[in-house]
Amino acid sequence: MNATTDFAVETHGLRKVFGAKVAVRNLSLSVRRGEIFGFLGPNGAGKSTSIKMLLGLVKPTNGKAFVLGAPVNDVDVRRQIGFLPEDFRFYDWLTATELIRLHGRLCGMESDKLKRRVPEVLELVGLSPHINRRVRGFSKGMLQRLGLAQALVHEPQIIFLDEPTSGLDPMGRRMVRDILRAQRERGATVFLNSHLLGEIEVTCDRVVFIKDGEVVASQDLHEAERDQVRVVVNARNVSQKAVDGLAAWSTSANYENERLIFVARSKEVLPDALRHLVANGVDVFGFTPERLSLEDLFVKIMGEDHGL
Amino acid sequence: MNGVWIMAGITFREAARRKILWTAMIAGGLLLAIFAVALHLQVDEFNSRAMSPFLRYQVESGMLMVGLYTVDLLAVVMTILTSIDTLAGEISSGTIHAIATKPISRWQILLGKFSGFIAMIAAYVVVLFAGTVAVSYWAVGVMPQHPIRGVLLIILECAVALSVTFLLGTWFSTLTNGVLVLGLQGLAFMGGWLEQVSGFSQSAHIVTLGIVTSLIMPGESLWRRAAFEMQTPLAASLSFSPFANVSIPSGVAVIYAGVFLVVVLGVAIYHFQNRDL
Repeated sequence: MNATTDFAVETHGLRKVFGAKVAVRNLSLSVRRGEIFGFLGPNGAGKSTSIKMLLGLVKPTNGKAFVLGAPVNDVDVRRQIGFLPEDFRFYDWLTATELIRLHGRLCGMESDKLKRRVPEVLELVGLSPHINRRVRGFSKGMLQRLGLAQALVHEPQIIFLDEPTSGLDPMGRRMVRDILRAQRERGATVFLNSHLLGEIEVTCDRVVFIKDGEVVASQDLHEAERDQVRVVVNARNVSQKAVDGLAAWSTSANYENERLIFVARSKEVLPDALRHLVANGVDVFGFTPERLSLEDLFVKIMGEDHGL
Repeated sequence: MNGVWIMAGITFREAARRKILWTAMIAGGLLLAIFAVALHLQVDEFNSRAMSPFLRYQVESGMLMVGLYTVDLLAVVMTILTSIDTLAGEISSGTIHAIATKPISRWQILLGKFSGFIAMIAAYVVVLFAGTVAVSYWAVGVMPQHPIRGVLLIILECAVALSVTFLLGTWFSTLTNGVLVLGLQGLAFMGGWLEQVSGFSQSAHIVTLGIVTSLIMPGESLWRRAAFEMQTPLAASLSFSPFANVSIPSGVAVIYAGVFLVVVLGVAIYHFQNRDL
């Protein structure tokens, strides 16, 4: 069954209601096998609840979800799933080696395979010097690394990570990025939920934005450069007509304090937009196209009022 | 079943590392020491005056029952205190997320934890019980009548208390769970005494009340059955509580406790299986 679908994750009309609160309204998305997928949205958008539904921790009120082609309540498919919870905690009286060994055993790994794999995965997350230390003395960053190790020990086909870089220093973040790319190299799918848009931008292949428990936009980050461009124009004598006229090439435009900022639909339309401004009597002192950052995109989609 | 085995193993190790277990062990050790001293003093006192061997045996058996009753109380309290946090705490801290997303069913997690605790508690009961009996045998040469039945009934009593902490742990926070389980245990204790008192007062209402509390929480009736099994036949007929019994719980009460345990554990599994984590 697992091999029959190209999608690592598929959801159709997923909905979760807690009492009177609708946590996830209507989530329909698909994640292709082998991609690093970013799951974005403001606080309270339903990201964590969605991930929990995909992992069988929370039962959907309505809708269907499949991971690796199997329904989310299938226990066996979890041999192929790794999960790093947002705030990874575990029995702190175990040593790092014991903890990873336990998780490997829970995933059905054999003893001799674990003997080789446990030190390997602890080295991967940079915990080699601490393999025999008790978890009790670990910092938040070290716990996060340990959480990543337990998610990877059984070499799963898909890894769900909920805020994997929170609590990590810049070196740790780079390590996570490298590990995620290595997972993609070996053919695994990564489902990443993070608030750190910069991280998502450099790591993910594709992102979806969710708001109020629904997908509101999807963006292929490899194609992003060919898409919208933010342009900052230093200008005087800007008439309202000139600003309004930009709508032919842009999705938004705003003039304030001698700065005209607009989002062009693509790079190709920039000469036409500039000609339009000059033709309408605008004195242009500077015209700087900037690639639209994920953060700009996020704010644009979610609206200014939503905090991250 | 592999999942049950792994969870049982880790739970046993975790429970064995809890301070409460070692505190209970120290308490048990102190109990044995006090028990040994008390028996010695009693022997000296008996030697100083002429006493019929028959009566002497009865008193010494009674003292052994006091020791075993203390073991029973310690075991039940330790069962509740060590296990109160295991489900409720792991659910509230999110520790359960890393386990429940592994390829094992939730019933395996719950049953594994339950088995781990039972193994630890059984070991505790056996050590303290054997210690108490050994002290009694060494000091005064007195053994309980049916020690194996007694031990098994005490372990069953602990298992009943454990099933209730597990059931409530799938619903409530650690603190609420603790308050409720200790409250229920208190109710059972009171129910047991009501039944004892009823033997003297002959009040049918009190008997009914006692039986109802034993049905709600059947732990205490198991101790009374254990006491009946272990004490001398004369002591059993003398009716001094709580080591002898006016109303001895029947075999049906033991079967009821077994069914209660299975049903409570079944409901706990059902609820844990279906709740959001």
